[in-house]
Amino acid sequence: MKFTIPWLKEHLETKYKDNKIIEKLTDIGLEVESFGNVISEIDSFKIAKIINVEQHPNADRLKVCDVDVGQESTVKVVCGAPNARKDLLTVYAGPGSIIPKNKMKLAVSKIRGVTSYGMLCSESELNISEESEGITELKQAKYSNQIGKAFFKGTSTKIVDLSITPNRPDCLGIRGIARDLAAAGTGKLKKISSKKIKKNSSQNIKVSIVKDKNQGCTMFGSCLIKGVSNKESPKWLKDKIESLGQKSISSIVDITNYIMIDLNRPLHAYDADKIDKEIIVRNSKKGETFEALDNKEYQLEDDMCVISDKSGILGLGGIIGGTRTGTEFSTKNILLESAYFNPRSIRKTSKILNLDTDAKFRFERGIDPKSIELGLTKAAELITEICGGKISKFDVQKIKKDTKSKIIFKISLFEKIAGFKINENEIIKILNNLGFKIIKKKYELELTIPTWRPDITQTIDIVEEIVRIKGYDNIKTIEPEKIRIKDTLNKKQKLFHFLQRSVASKGYCETITWSFTDSKINQLFKEKYKEIKIVNPISSDLDVLRNSIFPNLMFYIKKNLDRGFKDISLFEIGPIFEGNEPGQQLTVIGAIKSGKISRLNWNEKNRLVDVFDAKKDLIQTLVEAGYDKNSFFIRDKSPSYYHPGKSGSLYLDKDDLEPVAYFGEIHPNILKKLDIKTEALVILEIYLDHLKDNKLKLKDQKSNFEYSDYQKSERDFAFVVDKNIKVQDLINIITSTDKELIKSVKVFDVYEGENIPLEKKSIALNVTIQSSKKTLNDSDLESINNLIIKTVENKTGAKIRS
Amino acid sequence: MSDIKKIKDEYLDKLSGDLNIENVNKIKTELFGKNGTISNLFKKLGSMESSERKNFASDLNLAKEELQEKLNNKFQEIENKEINSKLKNEKVDVTLPERDINQGKIHPVSQVIDEISSIFSEIGFSVEEGPDVEKEYYNFTALNTPDNHPARDMHDTFYLDDNKELLLRTHTSPVQVRTMLKGKPPFKIIAPGRTYRSDSDQTHSPMFHQVEGLHIDKDINMGHLKGCLNYFIKSFFEVDKIKMRFRPSHFPFTEPSAEVDIGYELKNGKIVIGEGNKWLEILGCGMVHPNVLKNVNVNPDKYQGYAFGIGIDRLGMLKYGINDLRAFFETDYRWLNHFGFDPLDVPSNYRGLSR
Repeated sequence: MKFTIPWLKEHLETKYKDNKIIEKLTDIGLEVESFGNVISEIDSFKIAKIINVEQHPNADRLKVCDVDVGQESTVKVVCGAPNARKDLLTVYAGPGSIIPKNKMKLAVSKIRGVTSYGMLCSESELNISEESEGITELKQAKYSNQIGKAFFKGTSTKIVDLSITPNRPDCLGIRGIARDLAAAGTGKLKKISSKKIKKNSSQNIKVSIVKDKNQGCTMFGSCLIKGVSNKESPKWLKDKIESLGQKSISSIVDITNYIMIDLNRPLHAYDADKIDKEIIVRNSKKGETFEALDNKEYQLEDDMCVISDKSGILGLGGIIGGTRTGTEFSTKNILLESAYFNPRSIRKTSKILNLDTDAKFRFERGIDPKSIELGLTKAAELITEICGGKISKFDVQKIKKDTKSKIIFKISLFEKIAGFKINENEIIKILNNLGFKIIKKKYELELTIPTWRPDITQTIDIVEEIVRIKGYDNIKTIEPEKIRIKDTLNKKQKLFHFLQRSVASKGYCETITWSFTDSKINQLFKEKYKEIKIVNPISSDLDVLRNSIFPNLMFYIKKNLDRGFKDISLFEIGPIFEGNEPGQQLTVIGAIKSGKISRLNWNEKNRLVDVFDAKKDLIQTLVEAGYDKNSFFIRDKSPSYYHPGKSGSLYLDKDDLEPVAYFGEIHPNILKKLDIKTEALVILEIYLDHLKDNKLKLKDQKSNFEYSDYQKSERDFAFVVDKNIKVQDLINIITSTDKELIKSVKVFDVYEGENIPLEKKSIALNVTIQSSKKTLNDSDLESINNLIIKTVENKTGAKIRS
Repeated sequence: MSDIKKIKDEYLDKLSGDLNIENVNKIKTELFGKNGTISNLFKKLGSMESSERKNFASDLNLAKEELQEKLNNKFQEIENKEINSKLKNEKVDVTLPERDINQGKIHPVSQVIDEISSIFSEIGFSVEEGPDVEKEYYNFTALNTPDNHPARDMHDTFYLDDNKELLLRTHTSPVQVRTMLKGKPPFKIIAPGRTYRSDSDQTHSPMFHQVEGLHIDKDINMGHLKGCLNYFIKSFFEVDKIKMRFRPSHFPFTEPSAEVDIGYELKNGKIVIGEGNKWLEILGCGMVHPNVLKNVNVNPDKYQGYAFGIGIDRLGMLKYGINDLRAFFETDYRWLNHFGFDPLDVPSNYRGLSR
């Protein structure tokens, strides 16, 4: 909502300075977005000085001038004026300026092969005199120190721009703003002055509102003004309209706009001679069309509120008028419309047609239904004053009775909500100034809500009015109590935070990427999930919710690789989506690692990252989070985007149905498809929702501390086994031969090749044996040794290597 | 007697010289070997007169101790010398670089969420979460924003179906609704999380983060709201004094509603919070609208309280001097390393919010 302070003062009698008014506006909830000068079209005419004049190389009558326009360097302007000469002070119009006389918009242009940046203007071109011979000559004495300044003065009225919240349609009119300021003690609201206007003739164009289902128009006021002569607006009106950065069109249009801004009362003027017999307000039928004032043809659906006549649609009620009955300078008779349209109906229609107009914006928020006659009166008064004409009696059609909204306000509610007290008389004064009619009762006020405040429907709204006008500064600051009745985080949230920092501590940089992604990349990672399309994506490459955390990570690791980074470790913890219903999402950690370990290190041999780097980071993270490594179980199954031979899934327990994590190298096809150039790339992902939480608190998890001081022995074994035998199984077999005595099993070599049959491999293991009851003697050790060898050989078909 | 002294002095003298380990061993044998000088003198003791023997034995023992000590010292000295000369040859250039450090980082948004949680934890709030995909009802209707409400235009919503029933939540406020529906008052929660609006330019990202706050009890009024936010802002920006301004505003789900500005000034192009006379809007809040309470089966005549919503990314930008919102979500490795936090730097009540 834009307005100027002088205009505001037509409604508000105040001694306050501008900046005080500005401050007060924000204090009462009418947020000032800006207060300043608008750059208007005429600001682009500058006082300039010709520094040098040269003959145009290709045209005898043209000159090329170097002009000082107050900028760092001079500009070149081609000029045909005979009086253009060195040191002349004149008026320069830059590219983009519109020449007042012929409304021509200037552009940088080539004139006979020389580029000209703007133009030097004659007095006639500037509409300041008839003088068209030569360019304007400005007096040295007056203008020599004003080079670069705007030539036209007095146009820089400061504009206040308010951001009006959707609940305050009344403040879309300057009078509403003045009323609020007056209530807050910033002056007095002036009375609307009204001259008696003569309304002699009758309004002989019949108006009817059809009682259609959900009829969007409930009241339609009109008046006929005959014998007008429409013309350009007088200066005061033009200035007002233009001061808000709007275009002046004609007196009649400007007057309706003026009243809309002044009183928030939208009006529409029809050329009465173009109306076919009568006005019918009705619902549209699907397929009807009409050409609107924005010169577009609209195709209507069923049940949109239209204003029509015998031949068809004239306009969309409360949204936009049509070209067929628009007013022109030649218009002689006009029909003025001042109506009430239902916000819901307005909103529905404008949404479907994707139409946004000033009138729509206002009706959608709710116009004062009581302002119909005031609008007609004010407009008729101004139109006859400026354009002449005779005013008819007003015709107001209604299909709904007026209702008065009342609220019983319990005075004590104010303190209960606001937390501070103000006395009853002050409450009454504030509400009075806002336009409430008040009947005082014991402990209560019976309030009649002003018709311009559709936002006020219940007692809490009254509290807001009082506290807003009294000032939020009066609200006390009550220090918060430091009492906690519930844990801040639940177990799941604690796990989230722990894992997040645990993964980061392994050298991964946390990133946060959007929850949506490119369907083409998502496709490669979505596995069993269905694609979840966004109906209105921000761009075609962010068109689906991510089914996996990797599409975005892959996209961004590529970007970083392209920046020249090679060894990158990234991770994200966040949602992935299984479906488009609330809750169909999983919390996942996805981590990605590229390049080499110990690249360019003077004492470590460098190597590519591999599946066991991912596995180590995964297992260490889970162990740190409190999961028992001894019961982990690895399977060599993983999603299709992993390298099928170098990846696996991790189960917290062998019997679990679902893995909690995957790890491994990325499938080479993915790198190829996404054009990712890297030496090596491994990924891991953890599904937080699949991680069972430990029911016990840490204090109850610690078992008794038991240890053995008896001597421990180590034995090495090397088994030759089939290649498809898994080391995990081998270790389990060995451990379970005697769970008491076998404390640990370590794999220290895996060998395939010479001396070993083609389909076999050799696994070398180190087994630690210790009893908690005695020191084991040679024969004890011998027997456990033999048991291990026998069991492994029996169960796996392995042979001990000698 | 003079014999003992002579022997003693002679050998002490010998042991003072520059000897190697063989020389010292030889001397040891000469003195204490089977036929060593001192050993032989001890053998003589048996054949001595008792009057003579006492003094002789005493002198001899003293000499023996003295020589033995000297010998031990000599051994030690030689050993030290050998170790030192060996260590001298083992010297490496310790200015060579260490093995590679792989330092991971926590994203500023995560860090700020932890800071926020830590602050609100101290005044008794617990953390709640809600789904990113929401039903139209939870995101708008239950929050007193019916379909025909112009306030909906302020939220550019991403929809997941043509009927506009399913959407990406445009704010964290639906968590209020879900929390109140599943529990009984009092409620005292914060809900940080991802939020989405189909708005993308230099200062808007289609995804951003908010934290919702909700405190409902029997007598929670606007003073409590002011106190809570004042406490939060001061703690978050780690300043003793904060300039804060409550301004009336409008949200369909709160009444009365307010926006909160904090005072700041620009010093060398950087924002300094808490001083100066410029205002910066940082959050929206208000008393939960009775219609919302009715929608979640809480009796507005018995219970009342406040709610607020704060932009997390923006708080992080202000506190840590980050200029560009879009960079938060662009995964530039350089940016993440620059603005990221060490994973061990966990914000907490007792060790403070940040280093």
